[in-house]
This record gives sequence, structure tokens and C-alpha cells, in this order.
Amino acid sequence: MGNPMKIRATLAGEVADIKVLMRHDMETGQRKDSSGLLVPAWYIQDVSISVNGKVAVTAEWGQSVSKDPYLALKVKGAKTGDAVAVTWTDSKGDTRTDEVKIA
Amino acid sequence: MNESRRKILKSGVGLGLLSALMAVGMISPQQAQAAVGRGAFDAKTLDEAYKAIGVTAPTASDQVLINASDIAENGAVVPIGIKSNLPNTEMVALLIERNPNPLSASYTMTDMSIPDITMRVKMGQTSNVVALVKADGKFYTANKEIKITLGGCGG
Repeated sequence: MGNPMKIRATLAGEVADIKVLMRHDMETGQRKDSSGLLVPAWYIQDVSISVNGKVAVTAEWGQSVSKDPYLALKVKGAKTGDAVAVTWTDSKGDTRTDEVKIA
Repeated sequence: MNESRRKILKSGVGLGLLSALMAVGMISPQQAQAAVGRGAFDAKTLDEAYKAIGVTAPTASDQVLINASDIAENGAVVPIGIKSNLPNTEMVALLIERNPNPLSASYTMTDMSIPDITMRVKMGQTSNVVALVKADGKFYTANKEIKITLGGCGG
């Protein structure tokens, strides 16, 4: 299931500023552990951000996104109370969705 | 876009109208498939990545902006912002030329989103960073070199 995300959505006029902090190790598959063995790749591949159930942005990620990914983006035509949902799916098929209301 | 397409399909007019809409430019085929696909992430060089995404002759544009510091102390966490002022931006992607796999992330825009994205990436070494933007079916780029004082890949 993964760890919970921190999502903050604030409104400036008609534009919602959405900031997401996900919790994920984002293993590249190139790092070696203390015994010298390669740590297999395990990272978030797909991210989708929707507002009131309508998809606003979808992302595809590679291994080079940092550990515990941070993502900030903007959505227009939003209003206070709109539900912002963020979903990620990683390379092992694990997925998690968190939702906040725009403040 | 997807919802309206659903409605069109449901209305029974089907593909004929859809392609008619494409023809008059209401729905561009690029918009229908703006995602880059997983294959592009396996590319080992910038040119390979361009090829996998289907980029031909990108134009350097001052309407595409990279917001990042010139020097990043820690290559494991390099904050990079990409902004496009081009109308009808469909896709925004970030490529790091000297990473093992240059393509780092790609974002598919909708009519709800503003192409202004900030994220954090890993960089193995000092490298040229490319912001690739697709707007109105054409590709535009912006470049910036970011110096790394401590590598972020391999630990």
C-alpha cells in the first residue's frame, strides 16, 4: 500500500497550487547494498492528479526521480472545497491514492 | 477531452466524427496519445530518448523555462522547475543528458492544468538538463547546465 502522501492544495484566484510529497524509496537498480549486491529497481512509474474526479495531469516517471518524490503543479478553474486526488503506481504494481480538499 | 470523446462514441456516430474532429483540429491526434510510453525511459542517450518519444527537430524556445540553481550540492536531490508559456502545451518532459537513462519524467497536460511543474531528480554528475515541451504538435526545448558537487546515483 505504501506510505501516506502529504498533499497541500491552496487556491490563488482561480489557480490551485498543488504540492505533493510522496513516500517512496525510488530505487534506481544501480545502487549496491553493504554486501555489494545490486538493489533491484523499484520506483514510481505513473502518477495521476485529478480534481473532482477529472484527470488534470498524468505523469510518467523514470528511476531518476529523487527518493521521497516531491511534485508541485498548478491547476486552473479550481475552487475551494474541490477534491484533489493523487494516485501513484510503482514498478511492482503497488499503488496508493490520497485525497485532500482545496483550502 | 476524454469525457467528450466518450460522449461522441456513445452517440453512435463513432470514429467517423472523431476523425472529422481531428481533421478540423478540435482534437489533435497528438493529444490523443501524448504520453511517451515506457520504452523511452530505457533509452541510454538523449538521441535515443528523442527517437523513442518521436521527437524530430526540436526548436529551442525562450518560452520554455528551466528554474534550477546552477550548482547543486547534492546530486541525489536536485530541484528542477519547468514552465512553458507556449499555448496548447500538451506534454512536458525532463531529460538529463548524462544520466544512465536521460529521460527522467514526462507530464501529460490537459485543459485543466498549467504547464508549470517543479520536481526533484537525481543526477549522477554535472550535466546538461533539457526541458522538452510539446505544444501544438511541435517540440520545443530549453537547456541548462547544472553542476553537481556530489553524485546522486550509485550512492
